[in-house]
Amino acid sequence: MKLRRKVYMVAGYNTVSLGTGRSEFHPKKERPGIEHYLQEAGQAVLKQIGGSANVDEVVIGNFMSARFNKQAHLGAFAAIIDEGLRYKPSISVEGACGSGGLALTTGIRSVLAETADVVLAMGVEVQNTVKAIYGADILAGAGWFKNRKKGHAYFFPGEFSDRAGSYFDTYGRDYARKGMATWFKNAIENARLCETAQEHENKVGDLIQLGLSEPNGKVFTDYLNVFDCSKVSDGCSAIAIVSEEGLKRIGIPKSQAVEIASFAQVVDNLTEQPKDPVELTCTKVAAKQALTDAGITKDDLATVETHDCFTIAGILATEAIGFAERGKGAEFVAAGNTARDGIIPFNTTGGLVGWGHPTGATGVHQAVTLWEQLTGKAGDAQIKIPKEKPYGLSVNMGGNDKTVVSIVYKKV
Amino acid sequence: MENTERLQNVSVLGAAGKMGSGILLLTALELADLSLKPENKDKTFILNAIDVSDAGLSGLMKYLQGQFIKAAEKKTVQLRGMYENRDELIENYDIINQYVFDVMNIIRPTTKMEVAYNSTLVFEAIIENPDVKVKLLSQIDQNNHHKPWYFTNTSSIPITQLDSAANLGGRILGVHFYNPPAVQKLVEVIKGKETREDLNEFALGLIKSMRKKAVPSNDFAGFIGNGHFMRDALHGINEAKKLAKESSWVEGVYTINKVTQDYLVRPMGIFQLIDYVGVEVCSYIMSVMNPHVKDEDLHSDVLDQLIVQGVLGGQYSSGAQKDGILKYEKGRPVAVWDLDRKDYIYFTDFQDACDAKLGKMPSTFMPWKAVNFNRSKAAILETYFNDLNGMNSLGANIAKTYNSRSNEIGKKLVADSVAHSEADVNTVMLTGFFHAYGPINEYLK
Repeated sequence: MKLRRKVYMVAGYNTVSLGTGRSEFHPKKERPGIEHYLQEAGQAVLKQIGGSANVDEVVIGNFMSARFNKQAHLGAFAAIIDEGLRYKPSISVEGACGSGGLALTTGIRSVLAETADVVLAMGVEVQNTVKAIYGADILAGAGWFKNRKKGHAYFFPGEFSDRAGSYFDTYGRDYARKGMATWFKNAIENARLCETAQEHENKVGDLIQLGLSEPNGKVFTDYLNVFDCSKVSDGCSAIAIVSEEGLKRIGIPKSQAVEIASFAQVVDNLTEQPKDPVELTCTKVAAKQALTDAGITKDDLATVETHDCFTIAGILATEAIGFAERGKGAEFVAAGNTARDGIIPFNTTGGLVGWGHPTGATGVHQAVTLWEQLTGKAGDAQIKIPKEKPYGLSVNMGGNDKTVVSIVYKKV
Repeated sequence: MENTERLQNVSVLGAAGKMGSGILLLTALELADLSLKPENKDKTFILNAIDVSDAGLSGLMKYLQGQFIKAAEKKTVQLRGMYENRDELIENYDIINQYVFDVMNIIRPTTKMEVAYNSTLVFEAIIENPDVKVKLLSQIDQNNHHKPWYFTNTSSIPITQLDSAANLGGRILGVHFYNPPAVQKLVEVIKGKETREDLNEFALGLIKSMRKKAVPSNDFAGFIGNGHFMRDALHGINEAKKLAKESSWVEGVYTINKVTQDYLVRPMGIFQLIDYVGVEVCSYIMSVMNPHVKDEDLHSDVLDQLIVQGVLGGQYSSGAQKDGILKYEKGRPVAVWDLDRKDYIYFTDFQDACDAKLGKMPSTFMPWKAVNFNRSKAAILETYFNDLNGMNSLGANIAKTYNSRSNEIGKKLVADSVAHSEADVNTVMLTGFFHAYGPINEYLK
């Protein structure tokens, strides 16, 4: 559906993605809690938009603070970000790892409904409170709990290992692994250019060799190694979603904002196993709808932020969005087409594999990255945005391709 | 008796001790995994944790719980398979908790050694004293009608001696774990003259299943590990004494400790290693070994003197290093015990002068930590020792002498038939002492 009112995003902010890889991270040292992350990111946005008085509404995307932090009811944390947010509307939304995307669409809908002109949209997750083996239990909540018993100890790596296994069987193992290792290499190289990225300090020489490490099903999964996986991260991202009136109110020129050309939010049936394991069908539907509603094709895109919770998900996304034909995604990636100097740069600050994956924050992090790229604020990670391609696309996925939010952003 | 049947009632003697607790941990995990096999579901497995100290046993159970949780967290992928048919165990958390309970449920902590009368396998890890060991083993054997098999964790007492003195009829094998057993990969396996072959085979299978590396050693006091270490330590003490003639004991100790750690690229200097094992333990092991060796005197008057002065080293139950020949701050040596002044003298008082005397180190030097886990370890050592060979400084010369003595000790262990091969000597030093290279090497000339 075409948007009936102009909607913009502006004034984004990302905290550091904290976890293994960051030199300030130590599993046994005390770390900031979820309150700190909300405050840091929220206050940074408020500072750019003239303070809390300009905010009509707050939306916080979060997946599992109820288990990671024994804390629910995040909406009511708004006032710790700023006293001025007390007595304003604020809610938290959840759609597994697509929670951040849902925070964005919820904010967009409020602006479209004309119940708000300025929405503070946030995403947050603090996951390093438990060891990865227990984190896997918590994250498994993104799947159908009735399938948990027969699932892998590392539930989601197991689910995507199955997809990778199917891809290997259908198109060839070495062929696929080459594409996946290239995806990993691009992710790390892009992360090195972004100061908040979890892999910012990564100094490994031969990334392809590392990416090709043999999976070991005895201790992890059969078809994925740990380098194929996104990170366990603590972090928060925030951005303002505003109408034209909102832009005027906060006093920021349009040129500093990105316009939302379209958005799609779709779900598949959580209780079903993927009918076609080598296709991200729900992603395909969402991306197609977003591009169609924006009235553009993939060729109008300057960059894409996709949900590479695993390298195989990155490969499958190139196919689902339409850049590569079915089965050709691995080749498309291995040939360098998704690198920052390729035909279509993907995940320019590292994505989930390189920047990090504070699950509930990821959708918002994607929006902040695209806002930075399209307004020339991406610093060392800045790519060239060709005049004839003023668009960016995001794909944020919850669970095993079950909730998908896809948004088209336009340089103003 | 089937191996599984033999493992259904096991006793560990000295279970709360440093070695006993590690052995208990490994054995408990082994028994738990056995008990979870479908074919064993109706069998009961018992592991008696026997120790003289109630307080020690209480601490042991706490230690074990923590270790079992860690072990379960590491092998959750396998555990999910093992508990596949338990529908109520869904999350990793459920499975890990159940496994920890199931392992703990095998263990019976007790101060009553009589429970060992029902065991079919007895693992002895008590004090390194032949008389005490013999007394306990023979008492159990006289009262146990199962004709149990015995493992002894002795690091220095000949197995044949224990066998005949306790009248065990070849039902005993030396199974010498290294400290700490949970971490160290090496297990020295020592057959006495009469030790049964099926007992040896049973042990090798068990050790393999525990994912440890068994190295056979002949039944000669001290075996391979202590056979090398004790002589290497005596050499270090003698070298320090030599240096002391022209400077002081304190400076001699500092210098030899530095040369053995840095110049020889070892995980710790020789005096720190003596402290790590314990001054008294080292002295005791030497006294156990000494009656069995010819042409040499494994004894140190310096160690005697230190013991009299109460300078003992060893470790706190937390694993932290106690002060000994050296004084430690945050785990690092900072001072040396002065035998005359009976006090510690800080390195800072004399270090610079000693370092100057030693001379410069080769520019290619890298500390043990950077070398040992490096993929290019062999090449790094080759280059570094090559450079060191070309130097004529005091440090280089002490290092050369030290290495050649270590080499000589290693070769003598083979010549005396303590070790089967030079490779076995090197394996013990590499895996049991974490050396970056074996004592029998061509590095230094």
